[in-house]
Amino acid sequence: MGWNVDRGGSLCRLRLRSIIDLSGSDYLNPRSRFVKLDPRIPEGPLESKWERCKSELKLVSPANKRKYKILVVGTGLAGASAAASLAELGFSVECFCFQDSARRAHSIAAQGGINAAKNYQNDGDSVHRLFYDTIKGGDFRSREANVHRLAEISSAIIDQCVAQGVPFAREYSGYLANRSFGGAQVSRTFYARGQTGQQLLLGAYQALSRQVDAGSVILHTRSEMLDLVVVDGEARGIIVRDLIGGKVNAFTGDAVVLATGGYANVFYLSTNAKGCNVTATWRAAKRGALFANPCFTQIHPTCIPVSGDHQSKLTLMSESLRNDGRIWVPKAKGDGRPGKHIPADERDYFLERKYPSFGNLTPRDVASRSVKEVCDEGRGVGKTGQGVYLDFSDSMGRLGKNVIEERYGNLFQMYEKITGENPLETPMRIYPAPHYTMGGAWVDYHLMSNLAGLFVIGEANFSDHGANRLGASALMQGLADGYFILPYTISDYLARTKPGTVTSDHPECKRLEEEAAKRLKKLLSIRGRRTVDDIHRELGTLLWNHCGMSRSEQGLRTALEKIPELRETFWRDVTILGDREELNQALERAGRVADFLEFSELMCRDALERKESCGAHFRVEHQTESGEALRDDRHFKHVSAWEFKGENQTPELHQEPLEFSNVELVQRNYA
Amino acid sequence: MNLTLRVWRQKNKNVNGKLISYEVKQVSPDMSFLEVLDLLNENLVKKGEEPVAFDHDCREGICGACSLVINGIPHGPDRGTTACQLHMRKFRDGDTICVEPWRAKPFPVVKDLVVDRSALDRIIQSGGFISASTGGVPNANSILVAKEDADRAMDAAACIGCGACVAACPNASAMLFVASKVSHLALLPQGKVERAHRVKKMIKQMDSEQFGNCTNHFECEAACPKKISVSFIAHMNREYLNAHLQP
Ligand SMILES: Cc1cc2nc3c(=O)[nH]c(=O)nc-3n(C[C@H](O)[C@H](O)[C@H](O)COP(=O)(O)OP(=O)(O)OC[C@H]3O[C@@H](n4cnc5c(N)ncnc54)[C@H](O)[C@@H]3O)c2cc1C
Ligand code: FES
Repeated sequence: MGWNVDRGGSLCRLRLRSIIDLSGSDYLNPRSRFVKLDPRIPEGPLESKWERCKSELKLVSPANKRKYKILVVGTGLAGASAAASLAELGFSVECFCFQDSARRAHSIAAQGGINAAKNYQNDGDSVHRLFYDTIKGGDFRSREANVHRLAEISSAIIDQCVAQGVPFAREYSGYLANRSFGGAQVSRTFYARGQTGQQLLLGAYQALSRQVDAGSVILHTRSEMLDLVVVDGEARGIIVRDLIGGKVNAFTGDAVVLATGGYANVFYLSTNAKGCNVTATWRAAKRGALFANPCFTQIHPTCIPVSGDHQSKLTLMSESLRNDGRIWVPKAKGDGRPGKHIPADERDYFLERKYPSFGNLTPRDVASRSVKEVCDEGRGVGKTGQGVYLDFSDSMGRLGKNVIEERYGNLFQMYEKITGENPLETPMRIYPAPHYTMGGAWVDYHLMSNLAGLFVIGEANFSDHGANRLGASALMQGLADGYFILPYTISDYLARTKPGTVTSDHPECKRLEEEAAKRLKKLLSIRGRRTVDDIHRELGTLLWNHCGMSRSEQGLRTALEKIPELRETFWRDVTILGDREELNQALERAGRVADFLEFSELMCRDALERKESCGAHFRVEHQTESGEALRDDRHFKHVSAWEFKGENQTPELHQEPLEFSNVELVQRNYA
Repeated sequence: MNLTLRVWRQKNKNVNGKLISYEVKQVSPDMSFLEVLDLLNENLVKKGEEPVAFDHDCREGICGACSLVINGIPHGPDRGTTACQLHMRKFRDGDTICVEPWRAKPFPVVKDLVVDRSALDRIIQSGGFISASTGGVPNANSILVAKEDADRAMDAAACIGCGACVAACPNASAMLFVASKVSHLALLPQGKVERAHRVKKMIKQMDSEQFGNCTNHFECEAACPKKISVSFIAHMNREYLNAHLQP
């Protein structure tokens, strides 16, 4: 039982106890399916690939656009911007989200800002620099062509958002203001106070609302996608549960777009909204879409520490705090004195000590690991010992209390609401938390998965951030995908497709509707002793310990043994009350957790398989003498794209090699 | 802390609901209000009783999903704070706390503490946007916005669309919600072109959803978790008047 490695076998021959779907659903054995892993990167110099691609894409004639229906799942930055833009072009769009309003998608919570290579500050920024920073920040595990396109488009996003009325911060002159973010050497981040995600999302939501009013978008809120309909190898529809009435129905279209966000909630505690999940992309994976780099998950260093077992989510404290706060722990283990009573020479400013040139501004992955290390040594602070100080007293002394309060006042208030402590008086306590997932559905340059007609955008795909995402670049990617890339590439696909070939009375739709309903029935019939959250919490702890900030072969093997056991426990002993045909929040959560219980196995398998450290993926066996991540470009300069092979089958690893002809692969060094 | 929660239970929109009392023990002062409901729900499920339905998502005061009337006040006693950011250290051991859904005709109860707020979405759909289709827009810095206008627009745009203003108003008026969007867009040069059309359409939709009128109680501002000022209502009234004075 469990996972074992074929001794001497090639990477692809890792054997896995395959994912058993205990719900009894019947997945086709896709043995005959031929997976084609063609990234479709255009020829020519890096700078002109996108222009060239656009000029070669086919278009749908204006008179025909209305005949094509596109299903967009998700109304976050990626989904809302895509749905609005596609409807503006004249396509028929149906759009889905599980919240009660499209405006509540998790993008709303992004705080810090959005990057763009505008070079408004004349400080040396350029498309190339943004491209380079993003590729290097991702530790050379993303595609050059995609990242360059992202940098090229970044500027147009700001133009679009301003035209929509996004109230970005301004200088007294009336020009747009910028700040530097996430340790970047240039000031390229645009922001709307600490609510950038909210304002960008409202811009996209309003553009979407305009199309709803015009009758070009049908919006389905409180609707959850439970499965993907694939007919003759092409995505043609989705299975959706109406969360109020509980009915399960198929919706069909000529293309399906998944914009369903990230899966950091697999860890139970994360900075994500409670509803964030992996269901849409995982269900698509079970229908044949490849899942890329599932183990690339980002842990953010500055979050409010866990305060007890009741904890239901973790709150991010903006990275910008590290500009003025100094991070430290007591030098002595178990020093129980309150922070302000510990004299300066008994404090260890460990980031400044280890990384003298970057100090407190080292990248997220490096900072997070160091914090964990000092806590593991027993020098952590706070009730649980899982925390370090982020201290503003020096900068208050230097700049004045009022300056610090002006800069971070709203964050300090949020911190005080949650912890009851005022950071102006007592040093803040922080600890790392799961935050973002770089892994996601595999897509080619057109943002189309290996399943024709299935497009995946935003955090749900794997495309642009490699093994680590830089601050303020997720918002940029979501909007680039939705406003400026997908509308072009999906048109090309549709131009080659006959509209309306599959309708909801297709036998495959009926079959999958029944299957989804059966699974819900099964969940409600178990009536065991454990709650959904209880099991999710156990899974989260397991992953946090073994597939979190640092990973070892032994730990991953332990996780791989325990996950199937936990999955069995779930299907045997979970209890969900209430009915199927009504609002049933526990049932919704149960479905998502059941998917996490399957998906997490793939995540650990991917982590085990990637025997190198890169970006946020840190394997203890692969580190430099000074304890830094050690990449292995010879063996791992590729995207790992996993194919689900059916029940009781070994998932198959496909590798997409990454070519770097415009940047030099350097070892990141922040000392 | 040990608490008594009196919670509104209602199976669906077609049946009547009532308040039911539950004891919740071992509540930590560090818990958020929603974590107490989580705890209550865990206990209920273990006893074989159906958990309480309530809307929530971000749990950091920004998505606008949570919507609880706590001891008669939308989002509870802490000013400028959503229910998800309300922490139990604001209460005392032994307290009895009453938890109800938003109460307003345009917000029918769906189940327990969950209401239907889609009327707010329909108001935005009727005109709460700038008609700037993707692409073909000018360079961002070619539109200058005075800092004071941008800041004031941001004050209005901070609305999270939770509907607490409606729940707090004795007339169930949505004026603060509508005014914040009208003002946000009318304050910016980009939004001026469509301002007259926008305010007329949005107010028409607001009326058709059966929201009441503003009679200056200002309960909305007091309940608003983002402390949005009622001065935006005056701003909207001016916009509305101007729209009708225009030929
Ligand atoms: C606290 C926080 C702060 C952040 N700050 C920043 C920042 O400053 N800058 C930055 O660049 N990035 C930031 N990020 C990251 C960024 O916010 C996200 O990566 C990004 O918003 C994701 O957008 P999205 O459109 O891909 O997905 P989301 O916004 O997560 O939207 C997902 C959508 O899919 C729907 N959905 C999901 N599953 C289903 C299903 N099965 N059926 C139907 N609908 C479904 C949801 O209803 C929702 O509408 C932050 C993230 C967090 C957590
Ligand atoms: S849950 Fe998002 S505002 Fe309360």
